[in-house]
Amino acid sequence: MAVFPRRRLAAVALAATTALLVTAGCGGGDEQGGDGPVTLTVDVFGQFGYEQLYQEYMAAHPDVKIVERGTGTNLDEYSPKLTQWLAAGRGAGDVVAIEEGLLVEYKANPGNFVNLLDHGAADLKGNFLEWKWNAGLTADGKQLIGLGTDVGGIAMCYRKDLFEKAGLPTERDAVSKLWPTWQDYIATGERFVAAKTGASFLDAATNTFNTILLQTAGNTTGYSYYDTSDKLVVDSNPAVRQAWDTTMDIVDSGLSGKYGSWSEEWVSAFKQSKFATIACPAWMTGVIEGNAGPTAQGRWDIARVPGNGGNWGGSHLAVPKQSKHQAEAIELVKFLTSAKGQIGAFKAKGPLPSSPQALDDPAITGASNAYFSGAPVGTIFGAGAKSLKPVYMGPKNQAVRTEVENAVRTVELGQRNPGQGWTDAVTNAKKAAAK
Amino acid sequence: MTVQLDARPPVAPAPGNQRQSSGRLSRFDTRFSPYLYIAPFFLLFAVFGVYPLAYTFWVSLHDWDLLGTDHPFVGAENYTRLLADVDFWHALVNTLGIFVISTVPQLLAALWLANLLNRGLRARTGWRMAVLVPNVTSTAAVAIVFGVLFGREFGMVNWLLDLVGLDAIEWKSNRFASWVAISAMVDWRWTGYNALILLAAMQAIPRDLYEAAAIDGANRARQFWSVTVPLLKPTIIFCAIIATIGGLQLFTEPRMFHSGTNPIRGGPLRESQTLTMYMFENAFAPHYNFGYGSAVAWLLFALIAIVAAVNVLVLRRLGGGPGPRKGAAR
Repeated sequence: MAVFPRRRLAAVALAATTALLVTAGCGGGDEQGGDGPVTLTVDVFGQFGYEQLYQEYMAAHPDVKIVERGTGTNLDEYSPKLTQWLAAGRGAGDVVAIEEGLLVEYKANPGNFVNLLDHGAADLKGNFLEWKWNAGLTADGKQLIGLGTDVGGIAMCYRKDLFEKAGLPTERDAVSKLWPTWQDYIATGERFVAAKTGASFLDAATNTFNTILLQTAGNTTGYSYYDTSDKLVVDSNPAVRQAWDTTMDIVDSGLSGKYGSWSEEWVSAFKQSKFATIACPAWMTGVIEGNAGPTAQGRWDIARVPGNGGNWGGSHLAVPKQSKHQAEAIELVKFLTSAKGQIGAFKAKGPLPSSPQALDDPAITGASNAYFSGAPVGTIFGAGAKSLKPVYMGPKNQAVRTEVENAVRTVELGQRNPGQGWTDAVTNAKKAAAK
Repeated sequence: MTVQLDARPPVAPAPGNQRQSSGRLSRFDTRFSPYLYIAPFFLLFAVFGVYPLAYTFWVSLHDWDLLGTDHPFVGAENYTRLLADVDFWHALVNTLGIFVISTVPQLLAALWLANLLNRGLRARTGWRMAVLVPNVTSTAAVAIVFGVLFGREFGMVNWLLDLVGLDAIEWKSNRFASWVAISAMVDWRWTGYNALILLAAMQAIPRDLYEAAAIDGANRARQFWSVTVPLLKPTIIFCAIIATIGGLQLFTEPRMFHSGTNPIRGGPLRESQTLTMYMFENAFAPHYNFGYGSAVAWLLFALIAIVAAVNVLVLRRLGGGPGPRKGAAR
C-alpha cells in the first residue's frame, strides 16, 4: 500500500510537468489529470497525408497518442458529422479539419472553437500566406479559428496514353501549349473526341465548372456566389455567368463523360481509363492516385490549367472548445501546420503548402511525383501559389454551390437545356440561401 | 426468503409503526404495483419516444440554426413555409410513388411465393429459410450493391439491357426509373419476410375447406382465389400496414443508392428524394436548419398518422367482426 500513493504522486508530478511544458503559459481548460498518455483524435477528410507526421510527433512526445479518423471520406460525409458534433457539444476530435468553403459557416459561430490567438498563434502569422492567415480570422479579427494547412493551386491532370491514342502531344509543356484559354481547351477536346478513343475528354462538367468559376472570380471580382458584404450575387456576378457559359460550351461539345464527381461511377471511370483530363487542384493528385490505382502509375501527367491560375480548396485545422486536451491539441495543430508539417503532408499526398517558407523550401521546389510520370509538382503547383488570388466565400456558400452544380449536372445529363438550367441555378440558389 | 421480500416494488415504508401499516401497505401493493411493473416500458417510452417528439415540435417552432446560439421563436412560420415548398411536395410524391410501386408487387409476389412454399416441396425448411435470407443482409450493403448494379455506364442492369438490344436507362436521374430501382431493392429485402408471414397464415386454414371446395369442383386456382385469399385478408392487411410504416420512412435505400456529391438530394432534380431525406437535407447538410427539418419531421408524422388511420378504417371494414383470425387467436 505504501507504494501506491508514491507512484501516484509521481504520476501527478509527471503530468503536471508535461502539462506545464506543453501548455507554455496557457490558462487551461484541460481538467484531465495524469492518466497516462493523452489520446488526441484528429478528424480529417480526403487525403491530408499526416500518417508519417503523427509517427514523428508521437516519437517526440511519448505522452501523446494520435488517432486519426476520416481519411478517404468525402467532404459531404465529413462536414455534416462535424457540425452535429459541434452542435451536440461532444463527439468531435481534438483537432478538426475545416475546408475553406465551410469555414465561413463555422466562423459565424466562433464560440465552438478555441481562439488560437490566446495560445500564442499570433507569432505564427509570418508562417502563412497572408490571405490564408486572414481566412482563419473571424470578421472582427479578434478570434483565430484555425491555422492553414494547404492551398489548392490548380493545374490540369491528363492521361498520356489516351492523348497518344488520340494523336495529341503527350509531353507536358507541349500539352500546356495546347490550351492557353478554355476555348482552346474545348478545341483540343473536340480533336480528342473526333479520334474516338472510347474515352471522354473530361470527367464531369461540375468539377470543371467549379475550377473555371474560382479561377475567373479570383482574377476578376474576388468573390463568387456572395459579394464581400455577404449579399447573394449568383445572378449578377459576371464571373459566375462567364464560368457557366464556358461550361455550357464544354457540355455542348460533348466533352464530358458525365461521371458525377465523387460517385462510385466516377471512381470506376478512373479505374477503367474512361476520361483523359481532369481539373486538378494540388490536393486532387492524391485523390487520382487513390482512385486510379497503382496500375495507372506513369500514365498520368500534369499540365498547366487553361486560363490563368486559380485556387480551389485548402483547409484549416481547428481545435473545438469541447476538446478535453486543448493544450496538447493546439501544439499538434501548430506542428502539423508548420512549414515542416506542410512539407511532410505534401510529400505524402500532395496538398500544396500555405506557408511561404515551405513553398520556398527545396523539398517543395524540387519535388516531383513519380505517379504522374515524374512531373515537377513542386514548380507546377508551387510557382503560382504565392500569387494566388483568394476568392471570398459567403455564409451559405456550400448550399448555394450545391444548387448551381446540380443545375450544371442537369444540363450535362440532358435533363435541362442551358437556359432552363440557368434559371434553375438562380432560383434554387436564392431559395437555398434563404433557408 | 429475505431476498424475495426485498424484491418487492420500492414502496417507501411509512415512518414509525410498521406493523400497523402493513394492511394499508398490502392494499397499496395490490392497487399500484401493477403500474409499477409496467412502468419501465412507459418510462423508456417517455424518454425515448415522447420527449423527442415534444422536443422536435418545440424546435420546429423556432428559427433554429444547428450551430447558432440564438434560436428565436417564429411560431408556425416553418410550417407555412413548408406547405408552400415545392420540394417538400415533390419529396412527398416520390415517397408515395416508391411506396406504391414497391408494396403492390411485393405483396403479390409474397402471396405467390407463400403459395408455392405451402405445397409439398422437397427440403421445405431449406426453401423457407432461403426466402428470408435477403432480409438478414444489411440494408446499406444491399443499397450499395444495387446502386452499382443500376449504374449508368458500368452497371450490370444496363449491360443486360444492352445485350438484348435495349437502350441504357438513366436509373439515377430518371424519376420513374429510380423509383423502380429503389422499389426493386425494397422488394428484394422484404418479399421473403412477407411470404413467411402469409405462409404461416395459410397453414392455419383448415384443410376441410379445401376438401369441400374440391368436392364442389373447384380447381387449384379457384381454390386459391376463393378460399385462400379471402381467409388471408387480415394477414394481408397486417403486411400492408407494416409495409406502409416502412415505406413512408424509406431512407437508407434511396440515400445509399446515390453516391458522389450531395447524395441526400436523391439525384440532380431530386428524382428519388424521399421525405426522410428531405428532412435530413434541411436539418443537417447543407442547410443546418434544425427548425425547418423538425417541421418536416412533424408533417411526416402527421402523414403517417393519416395513413395509419386509413389503414385502421380499411381493417375494420374488411377484417373486423367475428373473422377467422379472432377464433384462432386464443
